[in-house]
Amino acid sequence: MIREFFARLRQGHRTMAFPKKEPVLSDRFRAGPKIQAALCDAGCEVCLSVCPTKALSKKDGRISVDLGRCVSCMDCRDVCPSGAVALSADYRLAVRSRGDLVGDGEVKRLAEALNAEMLKLFGRSLKIRQVSAGGCNACEADINVLGTPAFDLGRFGIQIVASPRHADALVVTGPVSANMRLALKKTYEAMPAPRIVVAVGACAISGGLFDGSAEVSRVDEVLPVDLFIPGCPPHPITILDGLLRILKRR
Amino acid sequence: MTVGNGEAISIDRVTVYPLCEWREAVIREVKSGFWRLSTLFGAQSPKGGIRLYAVLAGDRVGELDVFAVDLDDVRYQALTPQCPQAHLFEREIYEQTGVMPVGHPWLKPVRFLREQDAFYKLEGSDVHEVAVGPVHAGVIEPGHFRFQCRGETVFNLEIALGYQHRGVEKMLVGGPDARSMHLLETVAGDTTIGHSWAYAQALEGLAGCAPSRRALELRAVALELERLANHTGDLGALAGDVGYLPTNAFCGRLRGDFLNMTALLCGNRFGRGLVRPGGVRFDLEPARVEVLVARLRDAMDDVEDAAELLFSSPSVLSRFETTGVISQAGCLELGLVGPTARACGVRRDLRTDFSVLPYAGKITAVDHEGGDVYSRARVRWLEMQESARFIEQQVNSLSGDECMGSVGALSPRSLVVSLVECWRGEVCHVALTDEAGKLLKYKITDPSFHNWKALEVVMCGGQISDFPLCNKSFNLSYCGHDL
Repeated sequence: MIREFFARLRQGHRTMAFPKKEPVLSDRFRAGPKIQAALCDAGCEVCLSVCPTKALSKKDGRISVDLGRCVSCMDCRDVCPSGAVALSADYRLAVRSRGDLVGDGEVKRLAEALNAEMLKLFGRSLKIRQVSAGGCNACEADINVLGTPAFDLGRFGIQIVASPRHADALVVTGPVSANMRLALKKTYEAMPAPRIVVAVGACAISGGLFDGSAEVSRVDEVLPVDLFIPGCPPHPITILDGLLRILKRR
Repeated sequence: MTVGNGEAISIDRVTVYPLCEWREAVIREVKSGFWRLSTLFGAQSPKGGIRLYAVLAGDRVGELDVFAVDLDDVRYQALTPQCPQAHLFEREIYEQTGVMPVGHPWLKPVRFLREQDAFYKLEGSDVHEVAVGPVHAGVIEPGHFRFQCRGETVFNLEIALGYQHRGVEKMLVGGPDARSMHLLETVAGDTTIGHSWAYAQALEGLAGCAPSRRALELRAVALELERLANHTGDLGALAGDVGYLPTNAFCGRLRGDFLNMTALLCGNRFGRGLVRPGGVRFDLEPARVEVLVARLRDAMDDVEDAAELLFSSPSVLSRFETTGVISQAGCLELGLVGPTARACGVRRDLRTDFSVLPYAGKITAVDHEGGDVYSRARVRWLEMQESARFIEQQVNSLSGDECMGSVGALSPRSLVVSLVECWRGEVCHVALTDEAGKLLKYKITDPSFHNWKALEVVMCGGQISDFPLCNKSFNLSYCGHDL
């Protein structure tokens, strides 16, 4: 026991100050592209051709980004001949409505808090059941990490639970593979109402890289989604930020 | 005919055997112990119909041997009864091509179970069955485990996967296109560098161009960071599974520190966007090297603390030792790879066996006798020390070249085998191109495809309460298996 005690003293307190203090991310962190319409050449579509997930589209001569599809590769920036694609490093990306992810690369409206009745129930205690439905284990890993002392999800009253019966929120990752469709639905049905559904990652939100594969669908085809957290995978801070926003903690 | 790792050859140069000679040759070579089955799959034959390719790896010579056979029939005599390494591959061939390996002892589909596919069942008055999954208790990928037990003792475990199947291989056919590289980065999110390096190496082989030395060195740094992050996470999770919380808590945080080092290099914690055919997209300038080394040293000091606590706690050791044992003979027979094999005293490591650039002479493969949970944990810790030493040495002696070059068109009608020793073991990719130099077939074999059987084997005769611990000691990929 004494060795454990000294090890603990050496390693010290390592929980981050977020959300009181802003997190320090890698200077190379990529949240996604930001289109600067003024610089964009109306006749050029080269960025559309390199986008791996058709996240970029052109309407009335304007390029629009769907962050629900974007995998933050920045291939669009690398090929843009007129420097119209800038890099956004804003980790705050979670939204309540799917449409808020579509625009020039900035989310239209960050996730708003749940309504008063839901806040009364979940505001200080939110139990999460996670289902991986075709995920590549990157989103799952960055959800798991929230439970470590570095992020310490428990300090916000948020806890990951083993049974859907104990859960208030269903966090779904992956493009909903054919084999997981039924299990996902059953998990949702096993949860007591009221309940919320959180789609984490480009795959869950739009099918992401796997959109178009005969083997997958996407979460909102199976369940009603209350919170969309985009990214491939989203940074853990992005996920935490989204959860705290709906709980009115930020 | 033998080929090197990442070396493309014309499809016409692949030796095509008559069926009975092909069978005999594969069985004989694998039985000799000199070669092991790296992958086995069916693809369209240039003559029409199905051609089976068996890729054998000779670890002692650092060479690969490709055996092909054109099937005239929709059936052939299965290899599995004499070559157990083929068991899952033959099931996959059956599921994907409809070709029937006659005499296969357990011919079920790998990913899509049908009505008639029953689980192995034990009969008897005291026997009970336990079914777990696909949805598990934690934040884990889905899979189904079916135990046949009497009391606490497990008589049989059958694992059914396929829940993560997204159709990756199918989506790569006709490429490379704008999506291909990104798909490879998500074959298994925790092995992004391993799979993306294997893919880049395959394409570079087919295009006949080599990346710069500096690019290879940076890929190796990223691959070792990936190993450090995952091995740290595994040590923590193993501690958690026996209720030893200090190491569990320390390693949970430290795993993230290693992921953040990868983000320091390329902006993404899993290494997305780093490896590209032709090189790497991000360089490591001197100031960044300094930060990386400082962070690496700090993290390794803390992991050492956590590992020492783990390996010197009697309560941990009594749970780790002699639990989930796989014998050396069993390991060789099943063709296991990675730390799992090395924990059985089988020193099999592509980084040294295939003298892969830039590893040659700079890294030592480790092994450990025992084949139990303890050995698998110990091997991870020994490997981590090697990886950290390698990274520090490598970043302080980076070659002075450009880190990104261009890749030309892929040579048509060619085949390439590309291997990378990722943290779970051997990643094997085989690419075949058509007349136009487009991908005709892209076969991905994650180390998990070889190793899942080991979990079934170690559970036989074990206690069901040891299952989480055994499972974690392998920590296999579901999506890498399901594709």
